[in-house]
Amino acid sequence: MNYQPSAWAIAIFVGFVSLVLYMSYYMARRTRSASGYFAAGGNIHWAVNGIAFAGDYLSAASFLGIAGMIAFFGFDGFLYSIGYLAGWIVALFVVAEPLRRLGKYTFTDALDAKFNSRGIQLAAAISTLVVSTFYLIPQMVGAGSLVKPLLGLPHWAGVVMVGSIVIVIVATAGMASTTYVQFLKGSLLIAFSLTLVLVLFARGYTTNPDAGGDRPYHQFQEVAATLSADGAVTPADQAYAVAASWPEDGPAQFVRLANEGSETWFYVEPGDDGSARLTEALAVTTLPDGSKLYNGAPVADEKFYPVGHFSEIVVDGQPVEQTGTLDPFSFLSVLRDSTVVRWGSKSINENGVSHTIYYQVPTSGADILRPGLKFKVDAEKGATTTDKMNFVSLMLALFCGTAALPHILIRYYTVPTPAAARRSTIVAIGAIGFFYVLTLYMGLGAMVNGVLDLTDDNMSAPLLAQSFGVLLFAIISAIAFATVLGTVSGLIVAASGAVAHDFMDRFLGMKLSDQGKVRAGKISAIIVGILAMLLGIAYQGMNVSYLVGWAFAVAASANLPAIVMLLFWKKTTARGIVASIIVGMVAAVGLILLSPDMYVRYGLPAASAPFGLNNPGVVSIPLSFITLVVASLLTQPKGATVAAARGASEAGGSD
Amino acid sequence: MHGSPAPSAPDPVSGYKSRLGIRMFIFYAIVYAGFVLINSFAPKLMGAVVMGQTFAVVYGFGLIVLALILALVYNSLCGRAEDRARAETDDSTVEVFE
Repeated sequence: MNYQPSAWAIAIFVGFVSLVLYMSYYMARRTRSASGYFAAGGNIHWAVNGIAFAGDYLSAASFLGIAGMIAFFGFDGFLYSIGYLAGWIVALFVVAEPLRRLGKYTFTDALDAKFNSRGIQLAAAISTLVVSTFYLIPQMVGAGSLVKPLLGLPHWAGVVMVGSIVIVIVATAGMASTTYVQFLKGSLLIAFSLTLVLVLFARGYTTNPDAGGDRPYHQFQEVAATLSADGAVTPADQAYAVAASWPEDGPAQFVRLANEGSETWFYVEPGDDGSARLTEALAVTTLPDGSKLYNGAPVADEKFYPVGHFSEIVVDGQPVEQTGTLDPFSFLSVLRDSTVVRWGSKSINENGVSHTIYYQVPTSGADILRPGLKFKVDAEKGATTTDKMNFVSLMLALFCGTAALPHILIRYYTVPTPAAARRSTIVAIGAIGFFYVLTLYMGLGAMVNGVLDLTDDNMSAPLLAQSFGVLLFAIISAIAFATVLGTVSGLIVAASGAVAHDFMDRFLGMKLSDQGKVRAGKISAIIVGILAMLLGIAYQGMNVSYLVGWAFAVAASANLPAIVMLLFWKKTTARGIVASIIVGMVAAVGLILLSPDMYVRYGLPAASAPFGLNNPGVVSIPLSFITLVVASLLTQPKGATVAAARGASEAGGSD
Repeated sequence: MHGSPAPSAPDPVSGYKSRLGIRMFIFYAIVYAGFVLINSFAPKLMGAVVMGQTFAVVYGFGLIVLALILALVYNSLCGRAEDRARAETDDSTVEVFE
């Protein structure tokens, strides 16, 4: 799709980045000590910290990925929202306070508080790095997606830009500037998402989504035809001539028709007794030299139309052209009774030229507002046990992942007390839950407002904003970009803490001075930032929410069993923790690398993948728990269990 | 500049809070598991209309709202326990809670 950068967008974006950089510069003075750098001095107010949690957590994946997935698949995208939010219950009820009580800068501290084991220091530092890196990939991919429409720059430029800005934020003022960037971004994100949803309600639904009259919606053609027994398609209208067709397995699914000097793709819907309905399709053609044509023309010709419309809107049993203003309930119930045109895609080859055809799939609103369009769960529609396990596995990983994300856990150390940690978690749940409710409306709004770019689902929410004018688009895009900045900063602080504090200072026993530790943290931040940029370029084009599902699986498998068992099972030993972190991490990463989705990424058929599930959680999380139990039981020292260690540590005080 | 946020002093009500947390966690986990299992094994049910919306939407929104309600209940119970403990101890440990 062709994007025109706007002066508004650039101005708002530059303004926001300047503000953030100024803030980092200002706070740099407050962060000379290690505590200031890694934990913002431990004196952030719980309410600020709560919104910063939201700013940290509502990553590009939440904003771009979930809204995009809902826009393309309906309710299945919302499952991510539900899972991400539910994970906070684990964080609040199980880990928030104890972790705050035990730790200092990183969650490794908390794991290690009872044992002082070098094995734990190393294993937890590595798992922090691995999880943070996995989580960084989707953020950077999201950044790359955003700069295209916002500033008119290519993907890699966006990735490099985010990487550089974040390195500056983190390397100057660490957790202090990161916290305020996240606070700012969290508040703005929620406020403007709400604005977008309110104007969406005010606009209501229409069968001709022309952006309130600002931009005509492409009128997709429909041609009657006959379909012969051998699969040949003959348009009823003589003005159309068949230029190409693909009668591979039985009747042709697609034809290209010539009309008045131009060619258009059509999807063939067979009807009764030899008739067929041809509905206009869109195509991206990749030529042998790698260049792309959009509907047969260069991208600048804007022939690849934005899509998303109702084929029929039904209110109280009557078909209508438009609804007028809707409320949060009627928005969903009208959609349920109506029919939306979604888009399927299929790749076909023609003499060395490959075409990706996007064709219309009318879908009932009732199917959109229940699971099943992305994740196959209905046995009657051919869902296998593997499909169901995939779904369960994803939902388990999302539930268990939040409380094991190092960049979330470090935020428990920025507040003064365990009670403040608890309160900020509750603020976070309120803010995040409210935002996730909004994602459903934004996603469904994008689905039917004629804004979707079929080649990039991540852009659905900003493009929806664009249909309300360039100003809202500029603000939403700048916030989305800031979203990436906030989350990436948090991840890089977590990673640099793992390297400088857990690994260098404690594991290697380098006994760094306070300032030396800060310097080591800053250098690690720069290195991790550069790594993140490279990965962001390599993974261009994947749905960012999908990638985050993997990060959650790795976090849940590597860290959660260790955290939970340490807190609640008295026989846990240091070796048990180390074994579970390593086994969980290796299993989760390994199974992801062997998954069908990765095989597609390698250019191999999905069916040849040795592991059938796309999300490893359902295997790797229990495996990690079992490993911890077995390893702990095998390494029971006489009388030196957690219970004994707890008594010792409480008697001996902290640190 | 700032003191390090060292692990805090022992909290006399931490046992109560963690027992409460575990119980509320188990309750929520059961409700969440119900959602996942219905989705996987009886997806048709999710399409049923309840209160004018699909059951999927009602249950999904319900999980989000339930999380917030449980969080507020938990906080108020914990806060009350901390207040009681504070009243029973002398002023020297007040900083633990605030």
